[in-house]
Amino acid sequence: MAEIAAVIASTHHPFYYRASTATGAERPPFADEWVAKIERFRETLTRAEPDVLVMVGSDHFHQLWLDNMPQFLVGKAPFFDANWHNEEREFGLPRMTLRGEEDLAAHILRDGLDRDFDLAFSNELRIDHSITCPIITLRPQADLPIVPIYTNIFAPPLPQPRRFVALGRAIREMVESWESDKRVAIIGTGHLSLELGGPRQFGEHGPDPEFDRKAVDWIATGDIDGCLAEVSLDSLHAPGNATHGFMDFMLMMGVAGEGQKADHVDSLDLFHTMEAYFTWYPKGAPV
Amino acid sequence: MSKYLLDKFLYTVDRDPALVERYRADPAGTVEWWEAEMANTILNCTPAERTTWLSFTAEERTALAQHDHVTLFGMGAHPFLTLTLFIAMFERDHGPLEYQKAYGKAMEHLSLPYPDIAT
Repeated sequence: MAEIAAVIASTHHPFYYRASTATGAERPPFADEWVAKIERFRETLTRAEPDVLVMVGSDHFHQLWLDNMPQFLVGKAPFFDANWHNEEREFGLPRMTLRGEEDLAAHILRDGLDRDFDLAFSNELRIDHSITCPIITLRPQADLPIVPIYTNIFAPPLPQPRRFVALGRAIREMVESWESDKRVAIIGTGHLSLELGGPRQFGEHGPDPEFDRKAVDWIATGDIDGCLAEVSLDSLHAPGNATHGFMDFMLMMGVAGEGQKADHVDSLDLFHTMEAYFTWYPKGAPV
Repeated sequence: MSKYLLDKFLYTVDRDPALVERYRADPAGTVEWWEAEMANTILNCTPAERTTWLSFTAEERTALAQHDHVTLFGMGAHPFLTLTLFIAMFERDHGPLEYQKAYGKAMEHLSLPYPDIAT
């Protein structure tokens, strides 16, 4: 059976690529510290020596639209082209092509349906920065095959937070039941408090630093019960109007497991939003 | 009121570089043309397979024609779509992050709960 090499949860900040590659007067003052934190974070994946990446993210109205909106979708294709015109335009993100791991995608689709997750699928999926940002930060050589899994954190009505946790637990079991000798890293990205297109956007910090502190603590300690007790679809409006992206962190807490302390925890307080990075090694930290 | 159609306008204009420029330069004309020609196009269907019933209210038409992102927010248009398109149109006229901050400041009188964005 496949082995979980690492479980990784991260924010996905589309400005990282431009900030980290800028030079001279164009380079923002926080870039060096940000790059140093990302390089340490990247090392946690490199050390795990993965063969395959399961990548959890969310389409930002690129390919998925309101005339046909899935709640959870698995990409099953031999290749995934990546990044979209408006991400190139606004963030300077590069075009990419990633290989797909179709056998694992097929296994997750079949097994997911049999576990009562009615997963949608796509055989031609162009992925966006929710998945390419962690490729850029964690595996910039983009050399490993992926299985993209999209969640709807964006277009209400949304699934309940507990459903994200449950899907995370199921993804963990599904990967572990894949008949393969491959080492799989499960990587998911979301947000802490975030406001987009509202009055609290682009402030000196994220819109709700207190929520961010609590959220980092829930994730770092694997406190799923504590998190579920405080977080609801309604409550997530308060920290910022795009904070429902936190539910992808909750999904990753489900993957990591109740009470599982992260082996690597880091954060960076930036303007507009707080960055946060977590890695778990279910089989113990690699030597 | 059709939040869906507001979102569809923002979405289809944002993804087409020529339409972004056209909407920046001629908002009222672009909205009029889009509603007549594009509003009832189903995005992954052939042109002949059209919807028959989508149209803007007068208030929606005016908000779009006036580039009024504050009113669009109040109507429940998806804030990500509005922000992304408006950055594409107007960030170029400002210094770094200046437009994004002014965009938020124009809404500082708003408080929770924000308008429902469910379509």
